[in-house]
Amino acid sequence: MKNFLRISLLILLFVGPQNNSFSAEKAEYLKTDWSFKGLFGKFDRSALQRGYQVYTEVCSSCHSMKYLSYRNLAEKGGPEFSEAQAKAIAASFEVKDGPNADGEMFTRPGKLSDKFVMPYENVKAAQAANGGAYPPDMSVLVKARGGGVDYIYSLLQGYEDPPAGVSLDDGVYYNKYMYGNKIKMSNQLSDGLIEYADGTNSTVEQMSKDVTTFLMWAAEPHLEARHQMGFKAIIYLIILTVLVYFSMKRIWSRIETEV
Amino acid sequence: MSDQEYTPKSKVGKWFNDRLPLLTLANHLTDYPTPKNLNYWWTFGGILTFCLITQIVTGLVLAMHYIAHADMAFDSVEHIMRDVNYGWLIRYIHANGASMFFLAVYIHIFRSLFYGSYKAPREIIWIIGIIIYLLMMAAAFMGYVLPWGQMSFWGATVITNLFSAIPLVGEGIVTWLWGGYSVDNPTLTRFFTLHYLIPFLILGLVVLHIWALHVPGNNNPVGIDVKKPSKDTVPFHPYIVIKDGFALLMFMIVFAFFVFYTPNILGHADNYIEADPLVTPAHIVPEWYLLPFYAILRSVPDKLLGVVAMLSAIFILAALPWLDTSKIRSAVFRPLYKQFYWILVVDVLILGYVGAMPAEGLYLLIARVATAYYFIHFLIILPVLGYKEKTLPIPLSITGSVLGGSTNFAAAKNKESFTIK
Repeated sequence: MKNFLRISLLILLFVGPQNNSFSAEKAEYLKTDWSFKGLFGKFDRSALQRGYQVYTEVCSSCHSMKYLSYRNLAEKGGPEFSEAQAKAIAASFEVKDGPNADGEMFTRPGKLSDKFVMPYENVKAAQAANGGAYPPDMSVLVKARGGGVDYIYSLLQGYEDPPAGVSLDDGVYYNKYMYGNKIKMSNQLSDGLIEYADGTNSTVEQMSKDVTTFLMWAAEPHLEARHQMGFKAIIYLIILTVLVYFSMKRIWSRIETEV
Repeated sequence: MSDQEYTPKSKVGKWFNDRLPLLTLANHLTDYPTPKNLNYWWTFGGILTFCLITQIVTGLVLAMHYIAHADMAFDSVEHIMRDVNYGWLIRYIHANGASMFFLAVYIHIFRSLFYGSYKAPREIIWIIGIIIYLLMMAAAFMGYVLPWGQMSFWGATVITNLFSAIPLVGEGIVTWLWGGYSVDNPTLTRFFTLHYLIPFLILGLVVLHIWALHVPGNNNPVGIDVKKPSKDTVPFHPYIVIKDGFALLMFMIVFAFFVFYTPNILGHADNYIEADPLVTPAHIVPEWYLLPFYAILRSVPDKLLGVVAMLSAIFILAALPWLDTSKIRSAVFRPLYKQFYWILVVDVLILGYVGAMPAEGLYLLIARVATAYYFIHFLIILPVLGYKEKTLPIPLSITGSVLGGSTNFAAAKNKESFTIK
């Protein structure tokens, strides 16, 4: 039994981390406490609401979030805006709809069931407006980057003047956490850039943390439900395992061999 | 306990059983005499059955919501993750279930290697097992393509391109596999079809695997034949059922931990980027369970020979019952083989590690040495060892007391590292 555990653990240790090891050559990511990590990890509701504000006021002018709907903003486990708030948010966007009875496309205020409005008509339009670089959709962005939330959080604060000897083309910026250090997005955040609805001081660090939290929720909207169910499932399994263990001992005691 | 003597107690049961002996089969399965010294390494057969059923059930539900189309596959997976009730749970169980399945199958295979379970009279069980393993790899590879992320697309491109190494007809075969001139929608739809089919082929082969097992009965840690039924054996139910159940629950705790707390750690981040034929990822890496073979493939400079080496590494296993010339099954009584066994385990782990690294410099050198050793183990060490090795005396019975106490057994048991406790 001991060997069994020891070797299983060895195998897990061996296979677990190897897929994430390519980023080793880059600068160490900035660390912060994420409320959603750990066995009972939950999102910080006000951070999600502030993060949504950063996304709408800053990121959304270039980055789409095509898998999210306005109704998600009021759902459990998310920013949990009230339904009235979410409706008001949705209504503040113009949504293209149609064709109507006359065969014409028209615009109307957004509804809860609408997907987040995209900043560009299509990928080509996005590229044309951004010097050929396509600002990636942010719906699953934190899961699509090796370092996850730590990477995004660091990247937003990683803008620096290029070291001597590094020359940058027009529209290319230096970021110490970016792969190859060259990034086509300019530094978007500066202290006091936005006025948080809840009065929080909008430092670059604060905004980075809030918007990254928001992106984590966007990529894993059921994270809280997953953590809660996981805890219950594992406790249940442990209790059942103990019961089955003693039943097994009892049954095997009928014969001489030990289990 | 013998199958022939079984008659159902009820009249209806007897009437039915005379026409279709399902009750005889059920009786055989519950009474099946199993060596009582089986340790926990023997519980992985049951665990693997659980894995297969889990994959089939979760896969069926996913297939109800998934759309096998190059323009919609990625979106439909996100739809499952966000809007399908408990879709995230089902998908994470299915995705991590594949890894758990391979974890269990590798333990199952290496258990067989340690205790010589592939030797006469169990060669057919072993060969069916190797076919199942091959089909598992095919199913896993095609399943990884279905989300249509970057790693899906480029993994499919790399692996299907291997067929182009075949002289003369290679290019034609690749075009035929793709259903076009690159990995595209026709490739996705056929991969989906095959991914749906293969698990049922595996299920059929599992039935044959178990059938073939029930002819000679289980091997056991001591590796000697048991007289059945006798004091050496216990009926499958309840003794083995409860023990397999206990081990399965332990396994499920590990499984649940992955699903609920680190569901993406075994996958690659690039697969959350939608497939883009114009952008190649910096490193194309298969899932962890294919890495040792990927390392063997890349360690050979010639493409065709690389493919041959990779396939040989798998097919050589099928010849194992004849490559291993030792008459003794269990490594417990083979002091030299036991050491070579552990070297092989380390060798395969090293291959897996370098398979995840870029094929250059020191990594490439290590991959080549490890690949060479892999083949040396099976082609040279095993055949020679059977003749040269001085084995320890084997006991007459698995229960030392039956024949009035075998001192050999007690001595050997003390040296054993895989004790039953």
